[in-house]
Amino acid sequence: MHTDTLTALSEALAAKKVSAVELTETFLDRIARCNSELNAFVTVAADSALDDAKRADERIANGSATPLTGIPIAHKDIFCTEGLKTSCSSRMLDNFIAPYDATAVAKLRDAGVVLLGKTNMDEFAMGSSNETSYYGPVRNPWDTTKVPGGSSGGSAAAVAAGLCCAATGTDTGGSIRQPAALTGLTGIKPTYGRVSRYGMIAFASSLDQAGTLTRCAADAAAMLTVMAGFDPRDSTSLADPVPNYSACLETPWNAIRIGVPENFFDDGLDADVAAAVRDGLAVFEKLGATIKSIRLEHIGLSVPVYYVVAPAEASSNLSRYDGVRFGHRAENVDDLLDLYKRSRGEGFGAEVKRRILTGTYVLSTGYYDAYYLQAQKARQLIANDFKEAFTDVDLVVGPTTPTPAFGIGQKVDDPIQMYLNDIYTIGANLAGLPAMSIPCGLVDGLPVGLQLVAPHLSEERLLKAAHYFQLETDWHRQVPSDFA
Amino acid sequence: MSVTPEDVSKLCTLARLEIGPEESADLATKLSEIVRMVGELQAQQTDGVVPMAHPLDQPQRLRADAITESDARDRYQENAPQVERGLYLVPKVIE
Repeated sequence: MHTDTLTALSEALAAKKVSAVELTETFLDRIARCNSELNAFVTVAADSALDDAKRADERIANGSATPLTGIPIAHKDIFCTEGLKTSCSSRMLDNFIAPYDATAVAKLRDAGVVLLGKTNMDEFAMGSSNETSYYGPVRNPWDTTKVPGGSSGGSAAAVAAGLCCAATGTDTGGSIRQPAALTGLTGIKPTYGRVSRYGMIAFASSLDQAGTLTRCAADAAAMLTVMAGFDPRDSTSLADPVPNYSACLETPWNAIRIGVPENFFDDGLDADVAAAVRDGLAVFEKLGATIKSIRLEHIGLSVPVYYVVAPAEASSNLSRYDGVRFGHRAENVDDLLDLYKRSRGEGFGAEVKRRILTGTYVLSTGYYDAYYLQAQKARQLIANDFKEAFTDVDLVVGPTTPTPAFGIGQKVDDPIQMYLNDIYTIGANLAGLPAMSIPCGLVDGLPVGLQLVAPHLSEERLLKAAHYFQLETDWHRQVPSDFA
Repeated sequence: MSVTPEDVSKLCTLARLEIGPEESADLATKLSEIVRMVGELQAQQTDGVVPMAHPLDQPQRLRADAITESDARDRYQENAPQVERGLYLVPKVIE
């Protein structure tokens, strides 16, 4: 049961083949048995989960259930959950109990989900391997010597190992899609502004977007239908109406045009990953898609642009952690300046410090024009490339990551190598585009992801293409053998 | 362009961040690598390109200047390290 899709469990709940309480007990038992090996959860909310489950069973009994009622999920520990510790996997927030729910959390709660707990992540979502967490690295269920990717690595490992049915994540430069790829899951980062950022701890506000990690596209559609929508509390929230993404999956397939950025297949891409991606493209071709080569002329600039824009925004966003209003506070300080400096020095880990200082550097007098302004111009060029591509193709498809999961500790001392993990995913964040990763193969027993990028607000097209792909393939049904 | 330990010290003052002496040299090396990597941007021709302000080209939404939230000070201050009579306490600022 723990490896069933959300869609299957939803049907089983509706048919009363299983109760929400039974389902919740099953997953809590899985967590109790497997979490010490994976370190995927940082908080387990067993008591409140069982309360959620009892309420869900009442809703199912009285006919007021939704497709998500009784489904046991987990939230990345970046989402504020009222009354529950919300740490962002940082020592800075190790003592922080969220006083309110994030909008995405509230919407899922209203739909009747069961919240099992909060998942581990890279500290403040800054990382691509889940090794920067204050609570230690998460292990990949496919090979526990490997990273699960990051920053939503806890959510990815939890779903992949069957410790929850689905999980939320956030994606600033690939933090949903990259871990989804490395753990054999379906991950979606919607259009910038599609899911409210209210109550989602800010990293880089012009890039951050919430999404999901699930077993398949149909599960993602069910989650996103609930999570998406306008929120007056988020000033960049989009007002466009939210379609029922689950219903759109059932509409007939119409042949689409797929653009493949050939510069994604240059030197940096592992040959076996490239082969799996080409096989994935062949599946779309079999489905009647037209495949054509495209060039995203400026995509090579996306890593440098990102490592100016994201740290700049982070250095500003993280200035709120001052040791005064909430979060870690240093002891025995001399004066207010000492309080700020030491609270922050003690509260933040090495990668977060690097990014704050990088951001401070690129925004400082004399460097602003050369770095920040230049990056925002180059960002526009990257967005223009996608815009132009979408005049001729419906989706841009390629690899999600350059390699399958790498070893824990392998890249932790080399920030540049770590940053290059996100080389294919960052472009969608810079341009605000919706993007997905779906499993398309295994290399040496490790999952490979296929990335699909669509024009703004075309989540339906994205989900439908992924769904049809998954009707033809069974990569998304593979489960790591130790957790089957 | 390389970042020196003196630059790191200046950045730490600007960012209100205390780092240990053992962190300083490592940060200087790694920030130098990052600055070198993002320096690739300088070679890109961007004359006449308008810097991106919003990925969907949307203006900032405004709302009516009306009170919409109720007071939750006590609840929010439950997370504060030190409060007294609804005020946040900090070390003495004025002699």
